[in-house]
Amino acid sequence: MWEPVWLTMKLAFMTTLVLLIIGTPLAWWLSRSSQWWKEGVAAVVALPLVLPPTVLGFYLLILLSPTSPIGQMLTSVFGHSLPFSFAGLVVGSVIYSMPFVVQPIRNAFDAIGERPFEVAATLRATPLDTFFSVALPLARPGMLTGSVLGFAHTVGEFGVVLMIGGNIPGETKVLSVAIYDHVEALEYGQAHILSFGMLAFSFVVILFMMVSEKRLRRRWS
Amino acid sequence: MSNITVRFKGAIGSFPLDVDFTAPARGVTALFGQSGCGKSSVLRCIAGLQHVENGFLQINDIVWQDATNFVPAYGRSVGYVFQEASLFPHMNVHKNLEFGLKRSAVKTNGAKFVDVVDLLGLENLLNRTSQRLSGGERQRVAIGRALLSQPSILLMDEPMAALDQMSKDEIIPYLERLHGHLDIPMIYVSHDMNEVQRLADTMVYLEDGMVRATGPIENVLTDTSLPITHAREASVVVNVSVTSFSREDGLTKLDVGGAELLVPGHVGDVGKNIRIRIAANDVSLALQEPSQTTILNVLPVVVMDVSAINDTQVNVLCGIGGEGGAQILARITKRSQDTFNFSTSQHIFAQVKGVSMVDK
Repeated sequence: MWEPVWLTMKLAFMTTLVLLIIGTPLAWWLSRSSQWWKEGVAAVVALPLVLPPTVLGFYLLILLSPTSPIGQMLTSVFGHSLPFSFAGLVVGSVIYSMPFVVQPIRNAFDAIGERPFEVAATLRATPLDTFFSVALPLARPGMLTGSVLGFAHTVGEFGVVLMIGGNIPGETKVLSVAIYDHVEALEYGQAHILSFGMLAFSFVVILFMMVSEKRLRRRWS
Repeated sequence: MSNITVRFKGAIGSFPLDVDFTAPARGVTALFGQSGCGKSSVLRCIAGLQHVENGFLQINDIVWQDATNFVPAYGRSVGYVFQEASLFPHMNVHKNLEFGLKRSAVKTNGAKFVDVVDLLGLENLLNRTSQRLSGGERQRVAIGRALLSQPSILLMDEPMAALDQMSKDEIIPYLERLHGHLDIPMIYVSHDMNEVQRLADTMVYLEDGMVRATGPIENVLTDTSLPITHAREASVVVNVSVTSFSREDGLTKLDVGGAELLVPGHVGDVGKNIRIRIAANDVSLALQEPSQTTILNVLPVVVMDVSAINDTQVNVLCGIGGEGGAQILARITKRSQDTFNFSTSQHIFAQVKGVSMVDK
């Protein structure tokens, strides 16, 4: 029964890590760029917020399948086709959870304002230096929120997983799918345990996030 | 002699800027003008925070901007003090101070850090976070941080405008100390005449994005074509030296290019050079040397310029002792002018009722 829990944690952790690595520079660019088309990119990033997960999953399935050019490339990179594999789940989750990570980080960068960056420049910090020594530390509350939201959102994902991951134990059978299975099989006991675990987990996550964000903000104001 | 050459022509947003001035690369140059005259924009252009296409900027022999070249802000060795201290909130005072020092192009030992900390009285603040500082303390840290980046020029954008009077009074002595200690030029943006008279050696007077006048502050303040000499509180500064102090009546005697002025109190040791301010409203004129008057300071002057400022008042510019002497302004009524008909080159007497010290 605990295998899906472990798998879900692994998936959420990997997804959050990947999202922090690619989402932070993306958020920085969205916050600082003056390109006219950047809001278009922002809209694409935000799309999973409104798109039905099954629609997203369906397109991902087609995109990642070995018959599409992108799928072909990815297949050669990973050594196997992505749909119905753990790696495929990570790719899907990254896209699905991206707005939950990018948006808070972008807001945090926006909130810093122009001044600290100007100060850093007059103190001879190069733009890259400024990014690491000023922007990242000041965006910490947003990065924390983003990580927690991204992690939690990945833990709870269902539709996309079902579309591109299927239900392979130890590979793609995550918590939400497991709960669904248990309910289908009328195993309410197991469903209760997992569901209540999720409920408690979600509550703790949200509480932690609110408290720590408030503390960080108070410290700097 | 080394100079600062500044030339910017263009627009910042919709604000047209067309400035062109040269100032000596030593002492304090004040960029003075009313709010919205573009003085802060000029300073931002000098720092490289703003880019006006058509510009030229040279400090000593370093060119930071010309027709083909624009050195970005982080490539210029400027120290910049903003109106709000803008300390990094995620660092304590010590870390803030170190930020520029670490990135400075000039490598130094720890002595520089200690010097600046001493100069600005920061030793007790080092471990505090920037949130636990008063406004004045914050601004002192910001000045220290800018100095520690070892700039070749210090730029200050109304560093006291956001402070309350108490914080201002606290920080002014440090600024004056800085003026004495600093071996780099400083450009100081301000709309506060009081600050400018206390700190500046050179004054650049801006109006609507253009330079109206530039030169040594004594000269600009006595340029009767400028609106600053028409203001109700118009005043001039004069550099004098202390010649003696009379313990008996508590008066200090000052030398103004041969003439003498008496001021109450012990204002400095003999030989000390100080700057005094004389308000135009505190100066009255007489054709003959008045003998029966309570006013101690009666100076022989020569009239250099007479100009009406409105229907009732007239500015009379006088040279103390002669045309080459220090200049003061006398504000008299039009009726008096009609009566006495003062004219250029006429030798008369100025009675100075009030003199205030402007410490330097």
